[in-house]
Amino acid sequence: MSSLDVMYQELILDHARHPHGRGLAESFDGESFQVNPTCGDRIQLRVGLRAAPAPGGEPGAQPGDGGEPGALVLESVSWDGQGCSISQASASMMKDLVEGKDLAAVEAVAGAFAELMRSRGRGVDQAAAESLEDAIALEGVSRYPMRVKCALLGWMALKDAAAKAAAGDASPARIPEGI
Amino acid sequence: MTVSSALSDQEVAAIRADFPILGRRLEGGRPLVYLDTGATSQRPRVVIDAMRDFSENHNAAVHRGAHTLAGEATDAFEDARAAIAAFVGAAPAELVFTSGATGAINLLTAALGAASAGRGQDPSHRFAILPGDRIVVTQAEHHSNLVPWQELAARTGAELAWLRAGPDGRLRLDDLATAINARTRLVAFTHASNVTGAITDVAVMVAAARRAGALTVLDAAQSAPHLPLDLSALGVDFAAFSAHKMLGPNGIGGLYGRIELLEALPPGLTGGSMVEIVTMREATFLPPPHRFEAGTQAVTQAVGWAAAVGYLDALGMERVAAHEHALTARLLEGVARIDGVRVLGPADATDRLGAVALDLAGVHPHDVGQYLDAQGIAVRVGHHCAQPVHRALGVVASTRASLGLYNTAAEVDQFLGALDQVRSYFGVGR
Repeated sequence: MSSLDVMYQELILDHARHPHGRGLAESFDGESFQVNPTCGDRIQLRVGLRAAPAPGGEPGAQPGDGGEPGALVLESVSWDGQGCSISQASASMMKDLVEGKDLAAVEAVAGAFAELMRSRGRGVDQAAAESLEDAIALEGVSRYPMRVKCALLGWMALKDAAAKAAAGDASPARIPEGI
Repeated sequence: MTVSSALSDQEVAAIRADFPILGRRLEGGRPLVYLDTGATSQRPRVVIDAMRDFSENHNAAVHRGAHTLAGEATDAFEDARAAIAAFVGAAPAELVFTSGATGAINLLTAALGAASAGRGQDPSHRFAILPGDRIVVTQAEHHSNLVPWQELAARTGAELAWLRAGPDGRLRLDDLATAINARTRLVAFTHASNVTGAITDVAVMVAAARRAGALTVLDAAQSAPHLPLDLSALGVDFAAFSAHKMLGPNGIGGLYGRIELLEALPPGLTGGSMVEIVTMREATFLPPPHRFEAGTQAVTQAVGWAAAVGYLDALGMERVAAHEHALTARLLEGVARIDGVRVLGPADATDRLGAVALDLAGVHPHDVGQYLDAQGIAVRVGHHCAQPVHRALGVVASTRASLGLYNTAAEVDQFLGALDQVRSYFGVGR
């Protein structure tokens, strides 16, 4: 497979054509608006949080899924934006990957993804790779440093929105007038 | 400084072979004796080759576009930033590329002017300079670290005050307490004078500025090529320096700023490449350092500059400094034996760089320079872009020999021999 085909795998093009999480939720606990200054691509992203249930709370809860009691869990991620297939697929995969995780687990997986993007095609260790689920398919992007920002756009918005939500700041993101 | 740490004669010979221009022959086959490094340094082959390689193989616009060359050029540019920042003890994001040291200081005054006019977010208000505030400079400044502050003071209504130089050219640090008052917002000073060679006691200046809550701005254009430089250890808030004085090309320099300051400072120049979102009404700006790099940057020069700091690093700045210190002592001892010479600056090599400006009684510096040039010796004549310090020392202009790492004891002796002939040639004093 050529480097180009590695970057544009069918899985990525599928996510880009049918993105998950696209369409903004009405209510949210944190919102972010981010742009890629190189190309002007943009994303508006909203998150909803909930507290993880106390021990013995919800039946059928899986360990590590839903977090420690009292931890904040990322309940919903929704977004809207304009961008290339890489940025759209990355935001779509990110939504699937982070929804339902507690914020510490979200940060860990975001770190693994950032490391993957910085890897210049060398990849990441097996544990990190497995933690990324579908998003490991974006490994090919790391061979194209000029495209790494595209793949990170959604993740930047997530980090910002989650930090605002955790801080209790549910104000709308500032979006410049006339954009 | 120990003699053993200096460069050996063999090492200096090898260094000289790295600089193609030092092989140049002048009229009559005379070898070039280049004693004008304080004005601009010469370039080793690695610098010339790095810029040629970039031009021939990697040239493209940086931070835009997605093709292979755009990626390579962007990497080369940002790798250069990281290498140069490390050389001066800064983090990459703390180094803003500018057109030179003058460009750096003007960029800073423009940004401070913008903050003073209410531009920028809330944190930038701390940079606002108001009528009645004080900006402190020194009498030893190069015009590039004086005139921009005069202009900023005029624009903001601030008062300009300065620390005077003593008869030996050193700053009168005893006057610091009166020069830096409670209204002082900023203290701009040179690390080393390009005329007197005197090295400023940065720690004393920084401590005095901090007591007043003032920002510090260091002009490191003269020190960066000659001393180990660690800006974060020096504790200054901002600094300016130039590639062409440190074996690199002209057309590029750097503004250093502590990261938390750069993050709060509004841009000084605006336009392409420094924005996030632009509408017809307004724009948002990138984080530092790119917020301060409007327009197309001097990428080829950045690559050359990185090669220059790599070259200096490989030699070791401690050893470069020791070599130049030994030559400076030889030069100062030599000129002290020549009739009619008055050195403008400290007479011995302690806390002093190898820029030695002098007045030769009865002969105008232009005539001194012409005579020396005929012997193949390149020195600078005039006021060296520092009129006030000349005036403070009672002269209009001077003749300056300034040393670089590639100079030899034999060249210093040749200069001394020629200088000793100047007064008799012009029929003065004998």
